[in-house]
Order: sequence, then C-alpha cells, then structure tokens
Amino acid sequence: MARVWIFGQDINTDQIVPGRYAPYMLKNEADLRNYPFVEHRPDFAPGVQPGDLIVAGNNFGCGSSREYAPLALRLVGVGAIVAPLFARIFFRNALNLGIPCFTADLTSTLRDGQEVELRLEEGLIVTDEGQHIQLPPPPAFLRDVWAAGGIVPFYRQYGRFPGEAR
Amino acid sequence: MQTLSEQILSRAAGRTVMAGEVVTVDVDLVMMHDSLSPSIIRVLHEELGAERVWDPERVAVVIDHVAPAASVQTAEKQADVRRWVKSQGIRHLFDVGRGISHPVLVEEGLARPGMVIVGSDSHSTAYGCVAAFGTGMGTTDIALAAATGRTWFRVPETVLVRAEGRFRPGVGAKDLALYATRLLRADGATYAAVEWHGVEFLSIMERMTLATLSIEVGAKAGIVPPVFADPGAIMPPARAEVRRPALQPDFLQVQEGARYSQVLTVDLDRLEPQISAPHTVDNVADLSELGRVAIDVVYLGTCTNGHYEDMAAAARILRGRRLAPGMRMLVVPASAQALQRATADGTLMTLLEAGATIGTPGCGACIGRHMGVLAPGEVCLFTGNRNFRGRMGSPQANIYLASPEVAAATALTGYLTHPQEVEASLPSQV
Repeated sequence: MARVWIFGQDINTDQIVPGRYAPYMLKNEADLRNYPFVEHRPDFAPGVQPGDLIVAGNNFGCGSSREYAPLALRLVGVGAIVAPLFARIFFRNALNLGIPCFTADLTSTLRDGQEVELRLEEGLIVTDEGQHIQLPPPPAFLRDVWAAGGIVPFYRQYGRFPGEAR
Repeated sequence: MQTLSEQILSRAAGRTVMAGEVVTVDVDLVMMHDSLSPSIIRVLHEELGAERVWDPERVAVVIDHVAPAASVQTAEKQADVRRWVKSQGIRHLFDVGRGISHPVLVEEGLARPGMVIVGSDSHSTAYGCVAAFGTGMGTTDIALAAATGRTWFRVPETVLVRAEGRFRPGVGAKDLALYATRLLRADGATYAAVEWHGVEFLSIMERMTLATLSIEVGAKAGIVPPVFADPGAIMPPARAEVRRPALQPDFLQVQEGARYSQVLTVDLDRLEPQISAPHTVDNVADLSELGRVAIDVVYLGTCTNGHYEDMAAAARILRGRRLAPGMRMLVVPASAQALQRATADGTLMTLLEAGATIGTPGCGACIGRHMGVLAPGEVCLFTGNRNFRGRMGSPQANIYLASPEVAAATALTGYLTHPQEVEASLPSQV
C-alpha cells in the first residue's frame, strides 16, 4: 500500500527544494534525497516510502526551472503526483524524469496519511475503504515518454521528440 | 492570422502552426547558467551519450547564480564548467561579474527578435523583451536541446495584456506586471503565452520587467512586440554568428485578427504602485490598501528590476538624502553594462551617498544563497520577482515585491512608502 501525502495549492519549487539545498550547493549531491519539502513539511523526507502518492492542489510545482525539485521526489521514490494543474516547467521536468503526473483534484477525496493502492498501468487508485478512483490518462503523445521511463530513454530509443512523426 | 508565438514557432518549425499543436522546432540559442550547468553537462555526456553540443556558437554559458563563488563546492563546479566550455569550443562564456544571463544575452546581441531561446532558468521568458520566444526548462530538456539544437512545444494560446494611457509619476512597468499578476493569478497563463501591447514607450530593459514576470502567471513566454515609440530606441546590434536570412525583424508583427484566449485591458492612468505581499507573487494589492509595513532591508536587483533604469529611478528619489536609521539597502546591478552606465553618469555615487551598498552584478540573494540572505523575522522590500517563503533565506522572513521607486522611497522612511510621499517632501526636486 502507498501512503497519501496531501499538499495545498500553488506549491512552488522553493517549497519542494529550497535553492540553498540545490546539488550545486551540497558537498554530497546524494544528500538531495534528504531535502524534499525540508522546510515546508519536515516530516515528509523521513517518512516517505517508495511508491507513495503526492496529492496536491492547483498549480503544483510553480516557480523555478530547477529539475532537482522533481529529482528529489524521484530519489525518495514518489510513485505519482496528482494535481488539478501542474506548472509547465515542473510537468516537463517530471515527465522527463519518468515521474507519473495525473491531472485530477483529489485533495478532498483522499485524506493525508490514507493508505491506497496505485495501479499505474490502469491509472487507478484503490483506497483502503475499497473506493476506486479512475485517473485521467495522460495525453497520447506523452504516454510513450512515460512508458520509456523518461525523455532520455525515449529519445535514445526512438530518435525523435514527443509528438514528432515516426 | 497569428499571435507572435505562432509566428515565431511557425518559422522555427518550418511550417504554419497554430495554438494547440505539438511541434518540434529548431532552437536559435541555448542558455545555461552555473547552477544547473554541472547537471546539464552530465546528462549531455553520460545519459544522452553526446560528445559535443550541436553548435558551440549557439550555446551561451553564464555564471550568475552564485557569482562570485560562495564556497569551495561552488568554486569547484564553476571551474569544471569553465574547463568544459573551453573543451567544447564555446565562445559565449559570461563569467563572474558580467551579470545575469537575461540582460547579458540581450546586451551582447545574442537574443534577437523572432528567435526561439531556451534557458535553464524559469525567467528565460525575459527574452520576450526583444520579441524572442524565450522559455525556461530544466536540466534534461536543456541538455537535449544543447545536444540536438531542437526541442518540442505545444504551441501556446496567448493571453493579451493591453495597456492604455501613460503611467502616473512613481508608477511603472513593475506595477503593470504585478497588476496583471493580481488579475491573472499564479496559474492564469499556465501553458499559454502572454503578449504585452501598448507599451511602445518602454525601454528594452523595462520590457524585460514585463517579460520576466510573465512566468509568475505560469506563462511559457511573455512577448513584447518589437515596436518602439522612441525612434532613437533600437535593439542592440546582432552578433554576426546569430544572423540568419530568415530572421529579418519585419517577419514578426502584431496581426489583426490573431486569436487571444483572454484579453486584459489595464488603464495606466489609474494604476497605483502595486505591492506583492508574502508569500505568493499574486498576493497583490495597491500600496495604499496596505497599512504601515515596517521594512528592515531594501534589495534592488535581479533580471526583473536591477537594470540601469531601475538604479536611476531609485537615485532620483534618493538624491541628497540618507537611508532611514537602521535601514540596509543592497543594490545588485543586473549586469556589468548597467553598473558601468550607472557609474559614468553619477547614479552609483548618488546611491552610495544615500547609504546603499553595491554587490557584484548577478543574481545575488534572489535565490537565497549568498549576498544578502535574510534572517528569521526580517522583512525585505525586494524589486525582484518571487516572494516565496524561504526564497531569500529563512522561511521565517517576509518578502514584499515592489518597484524600484517604491524601494527607494521605503529605504528613506523605513516602511512601505509611495514614491510621491517622499518626493513631495524633498527639499530640492531633481
């Protein structure tokens, strides 16, 4: 089972990883895994388990282009992020890193700390109370990027960009 | 009929494209800065397996985010980046002290009208000040663009912000941009572009204020049409290596009948100084709506408002006066060129005589890493673009965003102040 972590709206990348905790600033870049939400939600990094689900409000990931924000989430194994709207740079960065992002508002459907099962290939969340929540599929032209595990393996495999003719 | 973004992306895609289409385009310029360059270089070589960038003349590397280096780690990473730049034959390295990437690439004639420019910095929307389609991307996208000279976009819809009239004294481009943010909110132009019309009278760097703040409503690009009311105002000359036959400036113009997803009209004659209060950029109010807000430190700088025009505007208010007791005022010029100009005409001396201090041109404390990091409980009046909690240091600090004029007036009184309040009381008007 995966734990649900609920976040509010307009969560910016400074809240996900403050600029002072960038790999550029660290003696040991692997320490980045200790810093997602280090100030905004200090219980997140010590408590998160691989596969856990971030469920956020509108405009998740707004602000800077720092890819180390979604990278920090990948390092701790975040299974997917669900939000009604993603800021565009964050969305591209997360896509490029292979982190599944679903566009839906579940902040009032799910509870912080709730246990759920995430069936990625079906785009389905099954809650501990047996509720089935169908997530909207990603745009078709992006699905292959996910399936490949990110933009680098996608580009190396197909030699083209998302949406470009085969 | 096409928006400016549709015109630019059509040229870059080699076919006519409209909002909503997903296109692969040629990029004209790739910018990377010191903060993300180490990871970009790693992805380029180790993950993508590329040995060279696609065109060393079209890659610009700027050391601005921690400049000069603040620690052994940052110094070492900058040294690695310099070695890499040399090994790749990249000539456009702008090192410590040259300034922030965005004004520097404009001053150097590398950012030009009609270009597609991708940068490893979210404020790369800045290049819209010269009518380029500039946009920010992360490590992997920039590495892929540097390796291939190409990237993909969904052609954005466009939100039109149309300014009418003229600013009142003490009101300017920053107030227009914050007012638009107030109306659109932080997500109001997500996946879209913003076009700023009716601002022909603004200088290129004042246009950069509008263009940089476009990302704060989520925009992919923020473009000002390449038209100037002042016939003396011209684009900086293009660098020879960025000239292309297809990049004639007249290919790009506002077209009657272009489709806009939303139109905002702003009456400049009625606009008051705008303040963005903690902790989101869209938390904007008229200055007069806020009560007495005490300020500990005034910070004038960034790609949004650290330009020569901004220092000059502050100097006009500070001339012959001293900062309020206990006030600190940090001025970090956006570029060496801005600093030189402010030095040559006495602007800098005016700021120093008032009690301000000057930092190395660059990003300074905007990212909270050095050169003015805030302590818990401190309140900063910042001419930059983000007031997120913890942005400039302690998450217990408060950041208010405002114009350089409000910054200068506030530095004189110690609390948020309308520029006219102190200008009226000046013994000798400038």
